[in-house]
Amino acid sequence: MSEGFRGMDIVSIRDFSRAQIEHVLDVAERMLPVAKGDEKSRLLEGKVLGSLFYEPSTRTRLSFDAAMTRLGGRTLGFDEPKGSSVAKGETLADTIRMVDAYCDAIVLRHPQEGAARLAGHFATKPVLNAGDGAGQHPTQTMLDLFTIRKSKGKIDGNHVVIVGDLKYGRTVHSLSEALAMFGAQLTFVAPPTLQMPKEHLKHIQSMGIKPKSGTDLAEAVKDADVLYVTRIQKERFPDPAEYQKVAGAFTIDPALLKDAKKDMIVMHPLPRVNEISPDVDKTPHAKYFEQAFNGVPVRMALLAMVLGAVE
Amino acid sequence: MKEFKVTPIRNGTVIDHIQVGTALKVLRIIGVKEDVNSTVSVLMHVPSKKAGWKDIVKIEDRELDPKELDKIALISPDATINIIRDFNVAEKFVVEVPQKIVGIMKCSNPGCITNKNEPVEPEFVVESKKPITLRCIYCDRVTTDISENVV
Repeated sequence: MSEGFRGMDIVSIRDFSRAQIEHVLDVAERMLPVAKGDEKSRLLEGKVLGSLFYEPSTRTRLSFDAAMTRLGGRTLGFDEPKGSSVAKGETLADTIRMVDAYCDAIVLRHPQEGAARLAGHFATKPVLNAGDGAGQHPTQTMLDLFTIRKSKGKIDGNHVVIVGDLKYGRTVHSLSEALAMFGAQLTFVAPPTLQMPKEHLKHIQSMGIKPKSGTDLAEAVKDADVLYVTRIQKERFPDPAEYQKVAGAFTIDPALLKDAKKDMIVMHPLPRVNEISPDVDKTPHAKYFEQAFNGVPVRMALLAMVLGAVE
Repeated sequence: MKEFKVTPIRNGTVIDHIQVGTALKVLRIIGVKEDVNSTVSVLMHVPSKKAGWKDIVKIEDRELDPKELDKIALISPDATINIIRDFNVAEKFVVEVPQKIVGIMKCSNPGCITNKNEPVEPEFVVESKKPITLRCIYCDRVTTDISENVV
């Protein structure tokens, strides 16, 4: 199973079996001392990662860069297409073929859905999807799973409450699919206009999970092991007053967490705006900064595996 | 004596058992327009033993290529193709929905990379044959509105 990772594109979480994901998480666990800087590694010495970010990103880009550097490799690329040949109208296919000749692996963030799959078709080197429009963001899903497993000891059996924009949120669709694959219990909490799309619910049900959906966050939190919060974007609401009302009803603060289980963890893919009050940061529930750090060991694991340095 | 509403053709293709009401869509997707060089007959709402009602299209002096047959299969999966040579049925077969659809449909997702200026043919896997449901291999968008997206 593990030898299948060498040269593999990391495009969609759907491409992975549960055993494969667990293997990635195991390797990420072993990467932790290097990710923290406690140990040094030359595992990817001499290797070059092409980093193509057609859209702004802070965490994903920096953590890929950190992951490559920690393993002794180097990163080159751009973090906005302005000034590159892309701005002159070059197709993604041509850019990929060019970068493919300079690098050993390519990480791509692009505004169009399906861009990473297309890049994979034109590249001979492995392509890692760092988010394609409203589509997939598999490395985010893996670091979310890693964080849950690390905090709770396992993924299956946990009751995960996912709250926020479930209609358009990129991370929640692939995360909920992966959690369903692991047999976690799911509850979706969102304003009525931003509920999980029906076809997505059906897909999750087809995996033998019966997710609950609702609008009452306080009720859902009482029984949660994991509270996964996502941002509700202002631009989804034509009426600013309506947005204020909804945003207020879905804010996580110490009062809301009063009735939560002691060991419940709060996660967020970040950046947050005002959906989690800063007062939560000091509580033992807050895991979102650790979650952001976990992007480094998980991406180290994936890079080392697709480049054949680790089985 | 049997009465023919449309006379037999010498050479060409008869597309029979077209799902009732879709004959004009069939003409559109196989590119039959006003500049066609031969006679095209369209029968709509014809009694059918199998389906109750059906449409039929007869195109003279033209045999359809595999891509055109795939397109017909997508919008009318029970259609039969009769290749006529010198008034005889030379070949007869039911169209078949292929496992993979390449280059005959565009993705219904305007944000899909295949709808941008990239050198790639849109490609779909067939998730269900009845009703026809296609999933874009690039963006994963599921499409059931086939005739709107056939190119």
